[in-house]
Amino acid sequence: MSVTVKIPTQLRTVTAGDSEASVEDARTVGDVLDGLYERYDGLRERIAEDGDLRRFVNVYVDGEDIRFLDGLETQVEDGDEVTILPAVAGG
Amino acid sequence: MPSGAEMVKRAREQITEVDPRAVHDSASNGGAPLIVDVREQNEFDEGHIPGAVHVPRGFLESRIEGAAPDRSERVVLYCAGGVRSALAAKTLQDELGYENVESMTGGITLWKDRGFDVEVPRALTAEQRARYSRHLLLPEIGLEGQLKLLDAKVLLLGAGGLGSPTALYLAAAGVGTIGLVDDDEVDVSNLQRQVIHTTDRVGMPKVDSAEQSVKALNPGVEVMKHATRLDSSNIMEIIEGYDVIVDGVDNFPTRYLLNDASVRLRIPVVSASILGFDGQLSVFAPYDGPCYRCLYPTPPPAELAPSCGANGVLGVLPGTMGLLQATEVIKLVTGAGEPLIGRLVLYDALATTFTDLKVRRDPDCPICSREPGEISDEEMGVFPDYEAFCAAAG
Repeated sequence: MSVTVKIPTQLRTVTAGDSEASVEDARTVGDVLDGLYERYDGLRERIAEDGDLRRFVNVYVDGEDIRFLDGLETQVEDGDEVTILPAVAGG
Repeated sequence: MPSGAEMVKRAREQITEVDPRAVHDSASNGGAPLIVDVREQNEFDEGHIPGAVHVPRGFLESRIEGAAPDRSERVVLYCAGGVRSALAAKTLQDELGYENVESMTGGITLWKDRGFDVEVPRALTAEQRARYSRHLLLPEIGLEGQLKLLDAKVLLLGAGGLGSPTALYLAAAGVGTIGLVDDDEVDVSNLQRQVIHTTDRVGMPKVDSAEQSVKALNPGVEVMKHATRLDSSNIMEIIEGYDVIVDGVDNFPTRYLLNDASVRLRIPVVSASILGFDGQLSVFAPYDGPCYRCLYPTPPPAELAPSCGANGVLGVLPGTMGLLQATEVIKLVTGAGEPLIGRLVLYDALATTFTDLKVRRDPDCPICSREPGEISDEEMGVFPDYEAFCAAAG
């Protein structure tokens, strides 16, 4: 059971340049993110606050925004793709 | 060999002919056949039967399938007097297997004599017909779509990385009025990606440089220059009257301000942003779909919101994203296809992947959950921690 996470450019400074990471044995989006926090120092502070995601970070499971699903409790399944998406203003 | 007159006579015997009155009556009874005008362009432009499609006889074999894909459909052909349409009907019937094709006797001359209506289309000039010929050949655009483009007013926010390709291609496509908002001057470091500007225009205001390029490509485009920075005092005045806004601005406060003003004025925004090798694209159509605040309720703090000025960007990336924006603009203006409303496309240039994400309307959105009249000047562009954000951003 493995979930792929897409990491945006802005967060790659804390993921040693990784743009994609695989997380095993996660049941929910919260588990997936916990798996990433264990692996990457400093990631939690960037995107989470008081146990929840910071408001400028969107997380999608297979294209669906978890804010409109069950938030961090949203279930993930083997092969799911999780996308972390912060707003970008560059033009 | 038969004479031309004999050949026409023989063709007329072998096909079905129909009187203009019968065509007119079946059209008004709701059982309208597909009416095809087989005359030349200039004849069609001078007036044709309302609702008729135009397939000149010289292009009959190559274009009729676009106009009449179903060979069992009833098709009535006409020309000026009924000769060319008889020959064309014979071709469709004998060579292309159309089962239900008729030629209208007496052509449009008899149609007019019977007192029936003629539609005189708004025509393109000969130069426009040549310039936009590749659009006119597309059924999804065609003359109708091209006229919509010529009538369209599109505002580009930023004549920089995203605005450069967007402005050039929208000008080429014949967008009638292009507004440009930018208070910057051309810098040599822009030229790696801002292809509307040139080396000899370094130091020139970007709106002037962009105007020169647009005019050189298509002198028919009217350019409205706004050499200013958008703020809450001028935004409503500047964006009002435009049909579509293209957001390529480089900072969050302006993006939120634009969102709120465009919701108030119900103007769709084609939005893109770029960083490094990644781009985002979406269309925010007020009240038809989510707005920018539904997607991003608040901007990230300054340390997570790098701009292109402070960070790198692959030079071709704004080209890719800007042209996706231009494509969405053309779709919104002409009505072709499915615009990117309620979806966000994420482009990763290094991996060459496009990821499609759903964006939903937030029922609690601070802006678009309310009626336009309820949104005040004071709250436009403001977001939580706005002052801290702007102080940190300098």
